[in-house]
Amino acid sequence: MTPIVQIDDLVVEYVSKERGEGVKRAVNGLSLSIGEGEVFGFLGPNGAGKTTTMKVLLGFMPPTSGSASLFGTDVRQPIARQRIGYLPELTYYYKFLTTEELLRFYARIFRIPKPETEKRINEVLKLVELEGARKKQIKTYSKGMQQRAGLAQALINNPDLLILDEPTSGLDPIGRMKVREIIQRLKDEGKTVLFSSHELGEVETVCDQVGILHQGELKEHGPVADLVTKHGTHLEQIFLNVVGYATEVKIGKEEAP
Amino acid sequence: MNFSAIWAMATLVVRELYRRKDFYVLFILTAVITLSFGAVNFFNEGSIVRYLKEICLALIWLSSIAIAVMTAARQLPDEIERKTVLPLLAKPVTRTDVVLGKYLGCLLACGITLLVFYVFFAAVSASKDSTFQLVSWFQALLMHWAMLSILIAMALAGSLVFAAVSSNATIVLLATGFILGILRHLNKVALMQPEPMQTILYTAYFCLPHLEFFDLRDLIVHSHPAVGWWPILLALFYADCFTAFFLVIACVLFQRKAIG
Repeated sequence: MTPIVQIDDLVVEYVSKERGEGVKRAVNGLSLSIGEGEVFGFLGPNGAGKTTTMKVLLGFMPPTSGSASLFGTDVRQPIARQRIGYLPELTYYYKFLTTEELLRFYARIFRIPKPETEKRINEVLKLVELEGARKKQIKTYSKGMQQRAGLAQALINNPDLLILDEPTSGLDPIGRMKVREIIQRLKDEGKTVLFSSHELGEVETVCDQVGILHQGELKEHGPVADLVTKHGTHLEQIFLNVVGYATEVKIGKEEAP
Repeated sequence: MNFSAIWAMATLVVRELYRRKDFYVLFILTAVITLSFGAVNFFNEGSIVRYLKEICLALIWLSSIAIAVMTAARQLPDEIERKTVLPLLAKPVTRTDVVLGKYLGCLLACGITLLVFYVFFAAVSASKDSTFQLVSWFQALLMHWAMLSILIAMALAGSLVFAAVSSNATIVLLATGFILGILRHLNKVALMQPEPMQTILYTAYFCLPHLEFFDLRDLIVHSHPAVGWWPILLALFYADCFTAFFLVIACVLFQRKAIG
């Protein structure tokens, strides 16, 4: 069966804007495969290459070498994005629109027929609990509501793959819980989800598989339970070990007088 | 090419225009100034109608140029700054679709704005002058719209070159002022220059868009008969060539633009 996401030996380099930095490698030989119905959590400290990998998958930037495909189609083809939904980190949507209008706009891009669009809008607004605010302009929304409006736009085409970049970032605990519940519901519906997060507990709760990325390289990859068994500790400690933080702390303690 | 996406983006630009205050402010300003002048009878001057028409059309030109340039100049930078370009490009659309959608939206928005302004102008003219010529009015409107098409494409391309919306808008407005005020005389200036300045000025004269071709205000101010349709079609073709040129530049620049 064709994997939903297939990344082979991906390398992404970019020219740093800082003087004397030259070419920087954001992703270094990343290979990854995500099957249908899996929820994959991308973990890694800031600058690990999570967002860059997502940008390549979404066709925002070309890979320097290696390849990436969605549903067996090269990510550089716009059609590869027909069956995906994407929620970027902290986006400010068209504030002069209501959520209903925003969803209608995105539905038109997907060429969803009008009756189907209205049905789909009702479904997603119910899912993200924004039915009561559907006719209010987005500029009147709280951050949490904006994030849920973002989730609604990501779901308007009933995607088979959802790519969520730090979906709970900047939200209060209730906002986080609501977004987590939505991801859980999507998982129950059999959707494939790829999301990045700094919330290890969230990843542990929701994900079938995790990948820990550090300095552009995939350091650990597998089901959460397998990683926990392999390392004999919880996910947070595994993460800290992989990114070298635990070692640094130990050294620091040894060096301390 | 995703025509559905292009149309969706175009309608979004139109919706943004009528939900913002720019258009209303400029329209009310134009209306107030025109009506104030219209209400005053200067020294019992019989040709007051002509002056009134000139003032009204000059205000319409200034307002429409400001709306076209400001609307087009902020489209792509706003999308990038607000990051709305990310969910947009994550859909099955290309960057070319985005540029074309924005262009079409600005063109439609300016078309609607022009129609409102020209209907107001027609109403004011008809109230003062019984010799209103519909064909001349329509030709002036059409040419004006074609001229705005070039400016929109120029501002879209400029928005991908200059960092700030304000600097792009200022440069495009200054360029428009230069073209409308000076370019038409550049060939005469070139004639008086030694080489190689003469060649440089002549090249600029022939390569830059002559926006004054689209200025048919005198036609309606002086109630001249309508222009033949062949020159109008040629001028529209001329406008299309420059619009296409600036749109190609915008598409190429947007393809190369780092997003996110």
